Amino acid sequence: MTTTTVSTLKVALAGAPNTGKSTVFNALTGLRQHTGNWPGKTVERKTGVHRRNGTVFSLVDLPGSYSLSANSVEEEAARDFLATERPDVVVAVVDASSLERNLYLVRELLELRLPTVIALNMMDVARSAGLEVDVERLESALGVPVVALVARQGKGIDELVDAIEQAAKTGATPDIARLPLEPDTAMLLDALDQAVPLSLDLPYPREWLLVKLLEGDRALAKALKTEVPPEARPDIEAALRHRDGAAIEIAGARYDWAAAIYHQTVRRERSESSLAKRADHLLMHPLGGVLAFVAVVFGIYWLMFSVAAPMQRFLDDKLVGGSTTRLESALAGWPHWSTSLLTNGIIGGVGTVLTFIPILALLFLALTVLEDIGYMARAAFVMDRFMNLIGLRGKSFLPLFVGWGCNVPAISGSRIIESPSARLTTILVAPLVPCSARMVVIALFTAAFFGSAAAFVAWGMVMVNLAVLAIVALLISRLLFRGHESSFVMELPRYHVPNLRSVLLTTLTRLRHFVTLTGTVILGVSLVVWALSTFPGSGIEQSFLGHIGRGLAPLGSLMGLDWRAMVALLTSFVAKEQTIATFGVLLGSNGDSSLRTSLAGIMTPAAALSFIALQMLFIPCAASTVTLFRETRSWRWTAFAVGYMLVVSFGVAILIYQTARLFGLGV
Amino acid sequence: MNITELAVPVGSLKPGETGTIVALSGGRSFRARCLALGCIPGTTIEMERNSGHGPIVLVVRGVRLALGRGESMRLTVAPRYSHL
Repeated sequence: MTTTTVSTLKVALAGAPNTGKSTVFNALTGLRQHTGNWPGKTVERKTGVHRRNGTVFSLVDLPGSYSLSANSVEEEAARDFLATERPDVVVAVVDASSLERNLYLVRELLELRLPTVIALNMMDVARSAGLEVDVERLESALGVPVVALVARQGKGIDELVDAIEQAAKTGATPDIARLPLEPDTAMLLDALDQAVPLSLDLPYPREWLLVKLLEGDRALAKALKTEVPPEARPDIEAALRHRDGAAIEIAGARYDWAAAIYHQTVRRERSESSLAKRADHLLMHPLGGVLAFVAVVFGIYWLMFSVAAPMQRFLDDKLVGGSTTRLESALAGWPHWSTSLLTNGIIGGVGTVLTFIPILALLFLALTVLEDIGYMARAAFVMDRFMNLIGLRGKSFLPLFVGWGCNVPAISGSRIIESPSARLTTILVAPLVPCSARMVVIALFTAAFFGSAAAFVAWGMVMVNLAVLAIVALLISRLLFRGHESSFVMELPRYHVPNLRSVLLTTLTRLRHFVTLTGTVILGVSLVVWALSTFPGSGIEQSFLGHIGRGLAPLGSLMGLDWRAMVALLTSFVAKEQTIATFGVLLGSNGDSSLRTSLAGIMTPAAALSFIALQMLFIPCAASTVTLFRETRSWRWTAFAVGYMLVVSFGVAILIYQTARLFGLGV
Repeated sequence: MNITELAVPVGSLKPGETGTIVALSGGRSFRARCLALGCIPGTTIEMERNSGHGPIVLVVRGVRLALGRGESMRLTVAPRYSHL
């Protein structure tokens, strides 16, 4: 009889951003990965499993961080996991092409005294940058195993797993010398050691905790304060009061250590290739960089309209339209409301989610590729000057620009911004970016009312929309986050050739996350709207929704709109393009051309203009609202976003209608 | 080679010029981030990109760092003039 013993190893992947950490993670886990959030934080938590010969490696991909000093939520999440969960093995993913900088984080990880393996990644990039790393010498200098990798080609992954297994088996913890500190600082450390009671109920290694306190770590100081007895506090505070300059000295000592190892182990063979420099010269040029960025944006739009949008229409026609027709004929004898529930409620709701997959897949894919190549940082650099004008920083530009396709990835993409206030501002204005679904409605309305001037009117309305966005962003950053620091300090990574498998896996994980979470919400909302528009009477006119619309008619009259426009607007909460379908039902028109004629019958051009503004600026759709909540973790901010958009949309629409009437556009 | 004691904001260096970091000022999180990225007093940096307005690019310990215009005024360096 054979017994199979399955041992599970808890492994944490740590590393700075741009080290290829997610490529390593993807190579190890493949599809056996799951994305969630760190408890109480809006930081992505990726977990996954790697199996080999009866050993299960349970992997956690820690958020990318340059240090373990809790300067950002990412760093805090990474640090707390390592210090409190004490994984069996820590894998430090390191970029071989910028080893000195990366060794700073390695030093901090080694100070935690957990079994550690160094994954020396991007050996190919280092080589093409003219750098030769002596792996054996690095290993003996660090005192922990070092595995050389080219993760995007899958090289070294097996060896890495061997090293992890070995490190877990021996359980050897790193043995590094204490940081050499100036006498004054060393004395402070001793004083702190005396002052902090020995029996602490904190999960951190003692020496590590003391050094962190001296560095001025606020989160740990707060945790300590609640733990120590009151009589010990004055001594601790006295020791910490004199720590001016200690943070600089400790960081300096770590970097001295890193520089010493770097110079022992890395040899510069050639100077760096000029290709990357030439690319930077173009992509980061004040004018050329902007033009290049416009070209990239244009390329993504082109893909969206030529590939993703036709796929969406195809899915909408064949899948949603086809199954609706078939269901209707199959259920011919059933009561009307039940077929309506299945076709309009369920298939309509699920269909909306499904048909958006091509566009979202494309956007997620484009974002992942641009990030992996190293272009994102360049774009943020070029756009920083322009974003400053509206109180934001360069990094806000990319998520906002993605919003043109769909607001959902725009809101969740704001995670790339470190500063909490800048991130929140970006999240709050992201729903004001006119997404592709809104553009569909605008295209229909401008064509119906403005004939040959349609394109011009649509462009003008988009400009109005962007002006509103700029004003709102400026107001939020100046009024709500006045004095909040949002500094622009960013690493410019070296250019990389992305790994296809890793890019696809990341895209797929993001997409799966969207479909499961927001999909259920869209389905739920679409069922509620279906019920409101079906009961109690026959037809939408006599329904609850019809009554609500009639109740809003006085408000609508300020914009020259009747109750049907109000109902259509309300249903846009399911998804923005729902407006068209609702008008179709309410006006009894089939197809675009008949809808255009009937629309012209119920509103004047001035009212149409105000309806376009209303549609563009109205509250976020259900999927965006849920994403907004997930990213802010706050009902207050979600309510704030919905509230201000409600006020702004009606305000601007009324203003437009009344102004247009003055100029004789309305009757 | 002539090292002057005159400290200036790093944003006033021209591309290709080098200097030694003298001091960091500004908010706590800005200073902490600078330290983590290797901008420590005593470190030699090289200006790579500075168009006079908008952000700048520095080379610090073999890594390129982008700094906003405002941030580049809070990092003080002693410039090293090699062609005097």
